[in-house]
Amino acid sequence: MIKITVIDRVGEEHILDAPTDMNMNMMELCKSYELPVEGTCGGMAMCASCQVYVMSDHALPEMSHDEQAMLDEAFHVKPNSRLGCQLHLHDSMDGLRVELAPEV
Amino acid sequence: MIETDIIIIGAGPCGLFTVFEAGLLKLRCHLIDALPQAGGQLTEIYPKKPIYDIPGFPEVLAGDLVEHLMKQAEPFKPGFTLGERAETIEKTEDGKFIVTTHRGTKHFAPIIAIAGGLGCFEPRRPPVPNLESYEDRGVEYIIKDPKLYQGKRVVISGGGDSALDWTIYLANGIASEVTLVHRSQSFRGHLDSVQKVMDMGASGKINLMLDAEITGVEGNGRVERVIATTQQGPKTIDTDHWMPLFGLSPKLGPIADWNLNISKNAIEVDTFDYSTNVPGIYAIGDINTYPGKLKLILCGFHEATLMVQSAFKRIYPDKNFVLKYTTVNGVQGF
Repeated sequence: MIKITVIDRVGEEHILDAPTDMNMNMMELCKSYELPVEGTCGGMAMCASCQVYVMSDHALPEMSHDEQAMLDEAFHVKPNSRLGCQLHLHDSMDGLRVELAPEV
Repeated sequence: MIETDIIIIGAGPCGLFTVFEAGLLKLRCHLIDALPQAGGQLTEIYPKKPIYDIPGFPEVLAGDLVEHLMKQAEPFKPGFTLGERAETIEKTEDGKFIVTTHRGTKHFAPIIAIAGGLGCFEPRRPPVPNLESYEDRGVEYIIKDPKLYQGKRVVISGGGDSALDWTIYLANGIASEVTLVHRSQSFRGHLDSVQKVMDMGASGKINLMLDAEITGVEGNGRVERVIATTQQGPKTIDTDHWMPLFGLSPKLGPIADWNLNISKNAIEVDTFDYSTNVPGIYAIGDINTYPGKLKLILCGFHEATLMVQSAFKRIYPDKNFVLKYTTVNGVQGF
């Protein structure tokens, strides 16, 4: 179990207990805590409704081609944008801080 | 007016399987879908992705599953109204329904099954101020009639296949000037289209702006210019049309206005028969919600099967139904 901080769209911080042994990703974690993340496509990197900004300097796994391509087409994209559904929870992410991107 | 037993709104996997299950009970179906082809998300979003949790199929491509479902439904001769969004539901005096699409096509039936998945696919609209006021006044999200751009200046935004294909098409003797604006340096379209667009940019046939984004649109009553934010600062481009081609995303759409109980973008149903709060209207598949709901195709198939039993009883209150196995009786189509 690791701790992840999610800053929602009104600036409120949520410190979440995140299991790393359940094959979960950031989008699913946010949804399980009922944070306002849509996850429309179900985690296929095809809708960008789970976009987050990475606010801490954790070394995260590199983007796949699919994630890169989706972020090329998405809105409100910044250099620290990632798709929540492509961030699989891992022990190395302990203490990670992310902020939810605006809804489209 | 199209008349049937069950109007199915949404021609995705659940809607298609409903045709089969209804057909076994001798009920006819007509499907309405906003997309121009059947299959819903499976065809539109991920036709080449494998699915592993369809019973009996260790692995099946989404597009192939749709093909199988179409074949399975075929003996029951479903009707289709494709490329039209179901817009309104009217109740007739005898408790039946008229469903009208945005193009005005009318459908009449005693039962409606909403199998709308995630809702209707609509173009992704970029977050640009006052965008709506220029829609159909120079801003188009879907290119329906290329002749509209004959001799005009056009700006296209996007990095996928549709942005690339239309750029190439319109730059070949149709539009007088084509500008393609894309947020990054790389495209995700087919390699040969990407190469073509790069070559056209290099030769000056098109104006290619990479690492740039359209962030403003201006004009007096219709588009006259757009503002691109580039790494060198803002740039104004005079143009007659701007086509932001960022693909489609699903929205609940008109379903939200049908007086159904909705919670978190889904229609509340009774798990006894997947009926909504309006008698005669059912909701199945990803569009519904109930305690324990799982958005899985296989669960939608189960929901469709139970739903048509209830529909049968509603249409024929005096008939007794006896479950028959297809193995014993085969499939008797219409």
